[in-house]
Amino acid sequence: MDTAAFNRRTIRWSFGAAAALALPLVHPNPYHLDVLTTALLYALLALGLNLIVGLTGLLHLGYAAFFAIGAYTYGLLNLHWGWPFWAGWLPAAAAAGLGGVCLGIPALRVRGDYLAIVTLGFGEIVRIAFTNLDRWTGGPNGLLGIAHPRLWLPGRGIVDFGVSSAPYYLLLCVTTSVVAGLCVRVSRSRIGRAWMAIREDELAAGCAGIPVLRLKLLAQGLGGAIAGLAGAVFAAKQGTITPDSFDFILSVMVLAMVVLGGLGSIRGAVAGALLLGSLPEILRGFEQYRMLLFGVSMIVIMRLRPEGLFGGARRRSAARAS
Amino acid sequence: MVYGVIRLINFAHGEVFIAGAYAALSSILLTGGSGWPWWIALAAATTGALATCAVLGLAIDRVAYRPIRRAPRLNAFITAIGMSFFLQNALMLLYGATDRQFPSLIPHARWEVGGVSLTLMQLVIWAASGAMMVALHALVMRTKLGTAMRATAQDLIACALLGIPVNRIIAVTFAIGSACAALGGVLFGLNYGTINFHDGYLMGMKAFTAAVLGGIGNVQGAMVGGLVLGLLEALGAGYLSAQWKNVFAFVILVAMLLFKPTGLLGERVAERA
Repeated sequence: MDTAAFNRRTIRWSFGAAAALALPLVHPNPYHLDVLTTALLYALLALGLNLIVGLTGLLHLGYAAFFAIGAYTYGLLNLHWGWPFWAGWLPAAAAAGLGGVCLGIPALRVRGDYLAIVTLGFGEIVRIAFTNLDRWTGGPNGLLGIAHPRLWLPGRGIVDFGVSSAPYYLLLCVTTSVVAGLCVRVSRSRIGRAWMAIREDELAAGCAGIPVLRLKLLAQGLGGAIAGLAGAVFAAKQGTITPDSFDFILSVMVLAMVVLGGLGSIRGAVAGALLLGSLPEILRGFEQYRMLLFGVSMIVIMRLRPEGLFGGARRRSAARAS
Repeated sequence: MVYGVIRLINFAHGEVFIAGAYAALSSILLTGGSGWPWWIALAAATTGALATCAVLGLAIDRVAYRPIRRAPRLNAFITAIGMSFFLQNALMLLYGATDRQFPSLIPHARWEVGGVSLTLMQLVIWAASGAMMVALHALVMRTKLGTAMRATAQDLIACALLGIPVNRIIAVTFAIGSACAALGGVLFGLNYGTINFHDGYLMGMKAFTAAVLGGIGNVQGAMVGGLVLGLLEALGAGYLSAQWKNVFAFVILVAMLLFKPTGLLGERVAERA
């Protein structure tokens, strides 16, 4: 490993991190912070989906379900058993990860378009289930009064995160960085390379001795767990969650972010998420035309730059129409 | 039909369906229902809807799907989803976000037959659907165009090599498929009385479920699948629970894909990974 390059990169990253973390102090515009916080939530989701769709090549259209499982898990743990956020966060991720594995098991049998439809079906089934099981999940009204995180700070005592975006922004900055770092490490490990082998040619990968089924489940479990992390933060920030927040449109948006950033690229996923996540706010003037423009931009991007922002030359030749 | 020919799940199909309903609504409003007998007004509106949606389907194919026909699956998928969003929003902008009242053209006549009551509306729907299915079957099975469509579905490149104008065949397939959707939309509007731009998505999903249920790429299969799905859903809603009605469609879809992906009548074309 080139030490000079490593040091340069570390300095750059440190600057970036310091700048990002200092933002609430330097530029305390609550609206901007709110937009960034939402974008960071999307970034977390995009990172998770990138593992499934980008690295492993599994076309997953039901990602919002894992987001929902994470949010509802923390919500229920908090409302029924009084678990604080920090205690409920990891179980939420675990539950979502477990959901990923469970939904992944039947999906092992199908490929391509059919996998997409099956995952879409699962996503919808989970959403409708949350809507209908009102005894446990509060039905269409969802869960209300979920506690915000509380942190003990030296000198200030116990601080409740409340409804302002700044503390969530910081929390998400840290979380996204850690998860992104993990994703980079994983993508460069044997597991990551095996995932990419599965993406490129599943049959050949299996013949080469890669435990395809197990790795597919791992990808979906890990991806689901990351969504669960995001879900718990979402629930804690909103205080109220309803099943409608976790619909197919959300799954498609996260997928679009991953594709826009470039399938398989970690920084692409984050970039795509930050871009598309803040787009609705930027386009606020065109309120009525939002979905229209979103649809058109998806079509145009697929036509003009199918490999995404950080797709890379190799993917470009594969992604472009032959 | 469309999936059989170009292997792309046309997400926008549901939107074309509801666009048909809206088109019929527009044509009825425009002509003001000027004292014509109901069945002439209905026929005219339906023809207008069919024509409009055929053109719409052609446009969708030409503008969005043709350029990416050789691209990898995911890209085509995203394009289809983008098209679906676009159409949904366009319809919302044109017709408003609230439910629109669909004119009830069919007079409310009922008959009691053997303990069951039938309305004229139901008879019209059955007759129209039945006629369309027969016509479609004849088209696909007995005409040169139909043979070309089936051939293209089997092997696009070989057909191109043989001199079949594949792009035109695909365009025609789109047009016919969209016209069928339009007919469905008109019947939907007549039956339920109100239409909303959001109805397209759910119906599109159920349409795909029906197609998969019957065997994708197989026209008769799609018809059988549709009937079976409708019956199962209605019976399920009646005997089990109405709230979970939509879940039935998805559960059936998932179950079919997992256990018998070739569908009830078997897939016409080879499964490609």
